[in-house]
Amino acid sequence: MARMESARVPLPACVASSASSVPDTTAPPRHSAVVRVTHWITTLCFFALLVTGAEIVISHPRFYWGETGNVLTKPLFQLPIPASRHLVQTGYGYVLPDQNGWSRYLHFQAAWIAVLTGLLYVISMLFTGHLRRDLLPDKSDLSWRSFSTTIASHLRFAKASEEEAWSYNLLQRVSYLSVIFVLFPLVIWTGLAMSPAFVSAFPATVNVLGGQQSARTLHFIVSLALLLFLLVHVVMICVAGFKSRMRAMITGQPTAHKERT
Amino acid sequence: MSDLSSRKLSRRKLIVRGLAATAGVAGLGVAARIAQKYGLVPPDHGGIYGLGETLTYASQRLLTRHSLAREFSKSQISKRPLANEIEPPSDEFKRLQAGRFADWRLSVDGMVARPASFSLDQLKSYPSHSQITMLQCEEGWSYIAEWNGVPLSHILDVVGVLSQARYVFYFSIEPDTWETIDMADALHPQTLLTYGMNGDELPVGHGGPLRLRIPRQLGYKNVKFINHLTITDNLKGVGKGLGSASADAGYAWYAGI
Repeated sequence: MARMESARVPLPACVASSASSVPDTTAPPRHSAVVRVTHWITTLCFFALLVTGAEIVISHPRFYWGETGNVLTKPLFQLPIPASRHLVQTGYGYVLPDQNGWSRYLHFQAAWIAVLTGLLYVISMLFTGHLRRDLLPDKSDLSWRSFSTTIASHLRFAKASEEEAWSYNLLQRVSYLSVIFVLFPLVIWTGLAMSPAFVSAFPATVNVLGGQQSARTLHFIVSLALLLFLLVHVVMICVAGFKSRMRAMITGQPTAHKERT
Repeated sequence: MSDLSSRKLSRRKLIVRGLAATAGVAGLGVAARIAQKYGLVPPDHGGIYGLGETLTYASQRLLTRHSLAREFSKSQISKRPLANEIEPPSDEFKRLQAGRFADWRLSVDGMVARPASFSLDQLKSYPSHSQITMLQCEEGWSYIAEWNGVPLSHILDVVGVLSQARYVFYFSIEPDTWETIDMADALHPQTLLTYGMNGDELPVGHGGPLRLRIPRQLGYKNVKFINHLTITDNLKGVGKGLGSASADAGYAWYAGI
């Protein structure tokens, strides 16, 4: 793992050689500027989409399969929550305030920003080697043995090794790749498949999903998968060391320079 | 020396960046003007959600201007189409309903060569169009029905829309219920002044005697009880000037999503 050592060595060297407060720029950051900026824009968009998505769901917390569905048809499932409209019988004696106006506006705006940010990230990763270096697992790691070892150490909540501050472990790589190349594309696709104008131009996008209500149900399920990822992601950051991981994603350096002077 | 050269470099950088920024701003300005010219800017392009709305509307106008909403087979028609709850009808509506809507009129004015008023029988005498399409509510529910009516484009032909027209206002007989669509949607072949549903008269619960069906947009743009159209080149003067009672209530003007 020569990569990690070379990344860590320049830090003390820079402190020794420079008396000025100019930060050392020769040490490669843990996360590149593109990764850091796109990460936090995506974080903001994700929260906006999550909150507004929940807000839109409560106006009709019933899910169907196929093309159509309404309160006169049998649902696939209904969430046991109150609704923001009178139409749905929820068993609760009250109706929540309707917030769909701004929720829909913000949902689609955040979706646009997230998609454009995601495109920037994916295009840049092809040029910077981020995909090959940081995300694709080593061939040697693609064995049941490596998987079981990493999973076992995660289940023990073992403290992350020093080198993991500089490189993603196998499980991280697999889950980040799944989010970037499976869940995000799926949630965008199922979202677009609900748009009556979009599917007028691209009807196959909704037909292959089994219908507009199927697209809505799948959109909800994929969103739950993304929410689960977010929760595990945050828990793992806390376990690995909240301060250093946050610092790495904000400044690029897992450790502060000042501590070394 | 090295200090000087680095300062020179930074000055050069500054100039280059300044020029790039100016070019960027100018480029945006040109893009905005082109977008305006080709009708790619929605009325609610201002404000904090203007970016998302403009991107959605512009990209859909570029991609979907002539595309047709999906049509379904007879077997896919919903057995129990849900009629959303409606406000209790006004006295005026009740009077017209008692007369079986014989006195219902659709008046058309604004930027037209021949302002006119049509009875339902007149509307039914024009070539009718039938489509099996989905009605989608922004809440999330939906149904499929067969809709029968006269294409709005035909009525616009009859009254002679002037070339500077940009929007069509459509008003319900019920107070504070009106929307607008752009000419791309107004002239779209599936935009129907609907008087029939599933082989019958359009029920009052579904907007009878006359509802504007625009299957590429959500339910709230499909206004019930239409009795007045105004063709215009701007949205000022009605409500908050956003071109839609829904937009006045905080919803997006364009509901193609």
